[in-house]
Amino acid sequence: MNFQLSKEQEKVRELVRKFALAEVEPIAADIDKEHRFPKENVEKMAKLGMMGIPFPTEYGGAGSDHISYAITVEELSRVCASTGVIVSAHTSLCCWPIFNYGTDEQKAKYLPDLLSGRKLGAFGLTEPNAGTDASGQQTKAVDMGDHWLLNGAKVFITNGGYADTFVVFAMTDKSKGNHGITAFIVEKGFKGFSIGKTEDKLGIHASSTTELIFEDCIVPKENLLGEVGQGFKIAMSTLDGGRIGIASQALGIAQGALDVTVDYMKSRKQFGKSLNKFQALAFEVAEMKTRIEAARLLVYSAAFKKDMHMPYSVDAAMAKYYAAETAMYVTTKAVQLHGGYGYTTDYPVERMMRDAKITEIYEGTTEVQKMVISGAVFK
Amino acid sequence: MRIIVCAKQVPDTSEVKIDPKTNRIIRDGVPSILNPDDANALEEALLLKDKDPETVVTVVSMGPPQAKDMLIECLAMGADECYLLSDRAVGGSDTWATSNAITALIEKIGPFDMIFAGRQAIDGDTAQVGPQIAEKMHLPQVTYVQKFEISEDKKTVTVQRQLEDGYEVIEVHTPCMLTCIKELNNPRYMTVSGIVKACKADAPIYVKSAKDVECDLTKVGLEASPTVVFRSFTPAPKAPGQIIQGEDERTQSKNLLAKLKEKHAI
Amino acid sequence: MAVVVNQELCKGCKICVKNCPFQAIDFDETTRKATINEKCTACSVCISKCPFKAISKDETDEVDLSAYKHIWVFAEQRDGELMGVAKELIACGRRLSRDISPETKCYALLVGNHLDALGQEAIEWGADGSILIESPLLEHFNTDGYTKVICDAIKEYKPEIILYGATHIGRDLAPRVAGRSNVGLTADCTGLEVDLEKYKAYCAKETTLDLSTLEGEDPNDKCIKQTRPAFGGNLMATIVSKKTRPQMSTVRPGVMSKQERVPGAKGEIIKVTPKLEESDIRTKIIKIVKEAKEMVSLTDAKIICSGGRGLGGPEGFKLIQEFADKVGGVVGSSRACVDAGWIGHEHQVGQTGTTVKPDIYFACGISGAIQHQAGMKNSKIIVAINKDPDAPIFGIADYGIVGDLYKVVPMIIEEWDNFSTAL
Repeated sequence: MNFQLSKEQEKVRELVRKFALAEVEPIAADIDKEHRFPKENVEKMAKLGMMGIPFPTEYGGAGSDHISYAITVEELSRVCASTGVIVSAHTSLCCWPIFNYGTDEQKAKYLPDLLSGRKLGAFGLTEPNAGTDASGQQTKAVDMGDHWLLNGAKVFITNGGYADTFVVFAMTDKSKGNHGITAFIVEKGFKGFSIGKTEDKLGIHASSTTELIFEDCIVPKENLLGEVGQGFKIAMSTLDGGRIGIASQALGIAQGALDVTVDYMKSRKQFGKSLNKFQALAFEVAEMKTRIEAARLLVYSAAFKKDMHMPYSVDAAMAKYYAAETAMYVTTKAVQLHGGYGYTTDYPVERMMRDAKITEIYEGTTEVQKMVISGAVFK
Repeated sequence: MRIIVCAKQVPDTSEVKIDPKTNRIIRDGVPSILNPDDANALEEALLLKDKDPETVVTVVSMGPPQAKDMLIECLAMGADECYLLSDRAVGGSDTWATSNAITALIEKIGPFDMIFAGRQAIDGDTAQVGPQIAEKMHLPQVTYVQKFEISEDKKTVTVQRQLEDGYEVIEVHTPCMLTCIKELNNPRYMTVSGIVKACKADAPIYVKSAKDVECDLTKVGLEASPTVVFRSFTPAPKAPGQIIQGEDERTQSKNLLAKLKEKHAI
Repeated sequence: MAVVVNQELCKGCKICVKNCPFQAIDFDETTRKATINEKCTACSVCISKCPFKAISKDETDEVDLSAYKHIWVFAEQRDGELMGVAKELIACGRRLSRDISPETKCYALLVGNHLDALGQEAIEWGADGSILIESPLLEHFNTDGYTKVICDAIKEYKPEIILYGATHIGRDLAPRVAGRSNVGLTADCTGLEVDLEKYKAYCAKETTLDLSTLEGEDPNDKCIKQTRPAFGGNLMATIVSKKTRPQMSTVRPGVMSKQERVPGAKGEIIKVTPKLEESDIRTKIIKIVKEAKEMVSLTDAKIICSGGRGLGGPEGFKLIQEFADKVGGVVGSSRACVDAGWIGHEHQVGQTGTTVKPDIYFACGISGAIQHQAGMKNSKIIVAINKDPDAPIFGIADYGIVGDLYKVVPMIIEEWDNFSTAL
């Protein structure tokens, strides 16, 4: 057992922290207020290799691992959860399934642009009537001989408004249930594919969350991802990895909230002494800190197992469930410890609290994670 | 073209705090970083490499073995190779002795076209090692470089040297020593792929001993250093705030300015 | 001059380990003995702390340095004008020379061209004499030329101490001269003393040094004790160069005080003919550009003049701007004024504005809400001017004036030049 990060992972943290403090934090409050996708920072992150961290260099990846990737999302989310999820959705939900299930031709065609960050990726599974129950896919794909024809709509798609490449799921044979779902690689600009409305959300305002609309969308044959009927498996295994990303995002939000709370408590004085001198309040911080460390161990352990090619699905579920709950717990406490100031936009904790909530919902709600975990326990 | 960059690993002095009870400096948990001015020096070398990929950027440093960590950063930013002179024999060197040691290291590495160094390191703030290396190597120097250009044939360098009230434009031939300030450029970040390469066991970071670089042991290290720390201590603690008195506003203002003057603040 | 632990006398009490400021003492738990490691700077703290006299300094033979006499001040001039720091150092050098011995003199060392008037002026500022090194090649500062002629003069005249201003010129020149002369140089000194008693008095006032640690020092040793900040001012060290001469220091402008100029003061003028050729100078000055410093950002500003609600209206920022112009600072503001539209957001200091760390922060009419404090509490010196004596800003201010800012600030502006140090 060795709980020490490698030199490489430490340096990645150093890089991302430096970048996050210099480039991300100064605009975090503004892009939240303006609901603005931080395109300029995505371009900068691309140049630094942050859009393809756990992929081999032969496809233009950075050649690092999933722990470095988790650290990256964590450090970005520490100052801006929206920026964190842009990297997470791109890496885990679009690049990974293409890397893992794509043909050599598909990998050669899509990965260099995605991993270098010249293009941005997204993932289209959720539908208005297929959320936690992903098998209820209503988007249809029909084999037209020389191409596929997609019809239907996806909702709540992270990066939707800015992505170039989408991994999209559609029903090819309803009679087969889960085994009738198939995955496709869809490019922005494909005939019949458009971006629908942008959601107005409680938090992660700077993340672009949109509908995807397919109206007789023509998808070339070679853009079938994996095999026909393999879609559900691709979606589920992709989400296993995605949960490491979201767990990292939640971890980062919690850590960021703790950091600013500690600073605040040291300088804020009431009854003639600073807040950290009140034991009741200091103990709250002890609780926050302990939960964060526990979440961190779960997250890194899941990422480690993924790197080691060990089964990690339950680990990812536990990490995501616990980190998300920790983010919500810590940010709520952080607002409380800031008092009235915490409720205002002068301090970042209200934003962190709004941002934290989504981590309990997307890429599998807390309830879904508990289904995965308990299912494994009673297997 | 080969460019030597002098770099130092320093404690991040903005993170250094004083224990209010013991008046001692708290070093625990203070991160070690690439000295800021040295990052500007490296950036300028890397900009030349961007234009001419044939350029070899060699970083040299002296310090404990842990300074390798900072050299990993230099590689991850884009340097080609790093040399670290690490030896108890050079420990405790003052600027004069340090410049002797680094000169020995650079001479061992071989011919070069230019040396970029940071103006000064934030732990000592002396700004002496760059000029003293130049002196030992008989090179012309320009300090406080805030703008840099090189001629087509790479033989002539034109720089702006910052002055308190403006700048000088100075022309100098290569090889030369230039000490860089933050106005010169914005140092780049490491890249993730750069980090991956720099952390590999076979990364080009070479640790050398005093013997390896054949430095004159009578001119390096604590004993050879002409300057000696006589005493060291922390400054008197910040006095509690005081209200400036005076019978009228002019007297109050004068008293205030006298206090600021006494603190060397104005 | 290495510090060593006598292993026979060491009793393993670890007092030295605890007291070493440099973590330079290792303790072997098996042998229960202390040893000095390479981090040692020979500061001698452990020697005084050891209850068993087990630690000592291994003093090596010192060269006879008595041939070196008198103090030189590199009297920096630019375009025929003596720099302010040169005047300050002449006064300092004069004081130190008298502390060494009645016979010791303080000379101004002037390098340039056509220096007669400046030589006389330096004497009027307190120098006993002026050494002039003149050549058309030395008209403007250049590293190679200045280094050569100064090193030659050192060889010929053997001064005991040379002081330089820590200007962009002094900090270029001094290390080069020290390197060539193979002597010690201490940068950016804030305290210089040759006399032990005066050094003690300085330490008592400015530092936390335990004066009892100085008891073993020789009161007749007039080596220059050069005190300087390190680690961003968190630590201070006094440096000596006992083995080499001349001893050299640079001193920042404004640290020492100049003395009253005495018009017509008499002193010795020594003219040194430099041995210098054009080929000795390897840099070529193409041009010299004078420019007013660009308006710096709040983050980089050395001085910030900030206004708050106490200004009463947008026109109040005219006074703050005038204040900032006078002191070479940048205008800051509290959030209240930005929200009221009195000034742009780019001036806002605080939680939702910019975080600043200037040398001096003037808070004028700012009450000091916690959001404001969050952005400026790490300023080196905070000056608060406010009508309300109970304003929270006074709680974190180093200096406060309780009064009407519209009466106080104009007075500070008027008096500024009488106190501030020109370069």
